[in-house]
Amino acid sequence: MIELQDIRKSFGDKEILKGVSAVMESGKVNLIIGSSGSGKTVMMKCMVGLIEVDAGIIKYDGQNFTGMDNHQRKEIRQKIGMLFQGSALFDSMTVEQNVMFPLDMFGTGSYREKKKRVDECLERVNLRDAAKKFPAEISGGMKKRVGIARAIVLNPKYLFCDEPNSGLDPQTSLLIDQLIKELTQEYNITTVINTHDMNTVMESGDNIVYMYKGQKQWEGTNKDIVFSKDQLLNDFIFASEFLREAKEMRQTDFFRSGKWRESLGNGGEEKKGAEKK
Amino acid sequence: MEFKFFYHFGNYLLMLKGMFSRPENVKMYWKQFMQQCVDIGVGSFGIVFIISLFMGGVTTLQTAYQLVSPIIPKSTIAQVVRDTIILEFAPTLTSIVLAGVVGSKIASELGNMRVSEQIDALEIMGINTKGYLIMPKILAGLLMVPVLVCISGFLGVWGGKEAGVMSGIISADQFIMGLRQEFRAYNVFFALAKSFSFGWIITSVSAYYGYNVRGGALEIGQASTTAVVVSCVLILFMDYALTAILL
Repeated sequence: MIELQDIRKSFGDKEILKGVSAVMESGKVNLIIGSSGSGKTVMMKCMVGLIEVDAGIIKYDGQNFTGMDNHQRKEIRQKIGMLFQGSALFDSMTVEQNVMFPLDMFGTGSYREKKKRVDECLERVNLRDAAKKFPAEISGGMKKRVGIARAIVLNPKYLFCDEPNSGLDPQTSLLIDQLIKELTQEYNITTVINTHDMNTVMESGDNIVYMYKGQKQWEGTNKDIVFSKDQLLNDFIFASEFLREAKEMRQTDFFRSGKWRESLGNGGEEKKGAEKK
Repeated sequence: MEFKFFYHFGNYLLMLKGMFSRPENVKMYWKQFMQQCVDIGVGSFGIVFIISLFMGGVTTLQTAYQLVSPIIPKSTIAQVVRDTIILEFAPTLTSIVLAGVVGSKIASELGNMRVSEQIDALEIMGINTKGYLIMPKILAGLLMVPVLVCISGFLGVWGGKEAGVMSGIISADQFIMGLRQEFRAYNVFFALAKSFSFGWIITSVSAYYGYNVRGGALEIGQASTTAVVVSCVLILFMDYALTAILL
């Protein structure tokens, strides 16, 4: 579990985070959503220590991360896996070497044991065949999956994903979402995802924090979000015409029966279906 | 343009301070160091080979052109070529070329890693990125630049001899006799002292500019250019300072 207590961060005169408090629960997919410039990325970077907070406390399972020196933070960081927006794979290494890297740096055991673990992780993300390829030779979706494999190879307790679906087609996005959700439940990881993707929100949001202008505007689950009365949240979530139509139907059978899931997953075809209804 | 000397100098010192911490895995640091030695040493050998040969050849021809007096023995040409190459051309010219070749490579490599969040990925894994990415480069520079300067010195003298013999200015025996006349081992020490200093400048300055890139592809290019320019200027300053102090 990760706790944020009254986090504040400014760059020059501009206050980006204005006292954010939230709890990221373990074994759940915790989402941070919000429009561009709302402070999501800064909040995530503060949580992993890439940006120092000006005030406030971040606790990892009760341990005060903000009060730790670099040496103490290293121990926490070795329990963190992170998937970056651009995947951040090491260009000069093959897929296999990328996944092997954290094991080489921190893992113990023989090469054979490490190789076995790498194979397991690549198998888990369905990329065994791409092991010998370089990042430049694989697609964006594959890079994301390699990033996930690298993030989970040391069995992290905390998994951070920055825009895991950016630049991916809807089908691949869903696969990535499902993968992250399965891994979260399988290993009881505290997963924090920073996203704009409404599919992710609806599919994976066990706990959702909506950020607006550097403040936490709303918090709840993917079920709550559909029926929320918060105007700012509704304007953000139901921004498209399709979703606005869906919003009008939200009190109807369309949402209660769970048909919105199908419509989000299959795009235009289902939209037509929903219109007929 | 705003002159931010103290800002950059302070940040540079902080970067150097940040390099020193206990390695997370000595074997991985060693591997990185060896990789950098190969990149800097073997990767630059070709250009060093070419410029050294021609540098020696041109020095011989120009020295012969200026020593026209019949009372000056021909072997003096070899003596002048030897000392010019050891004292100045091998360490300084080679280092200026290396600032371009190695410096731009280091700056763009680190800049690309910064922009594509690879450095952030390493930080989050709990790795001291300054220690893992920068220190091996500096240590490799401290080892390989003097090695390249020594090779450059030998090749320069050899190139000078070949150019002299081929153009009929001086015979091989006269040239070798001249090389042995009044040889001072201190000059080699001086060349090595310079090459160590230049190796430090090339790698650390380039690493500083590359590591601190913010932005995208354009900024990587700018950082790379700035790294080379600043390295060259510092090499020339250091060249003058060491010559004034040590000679």
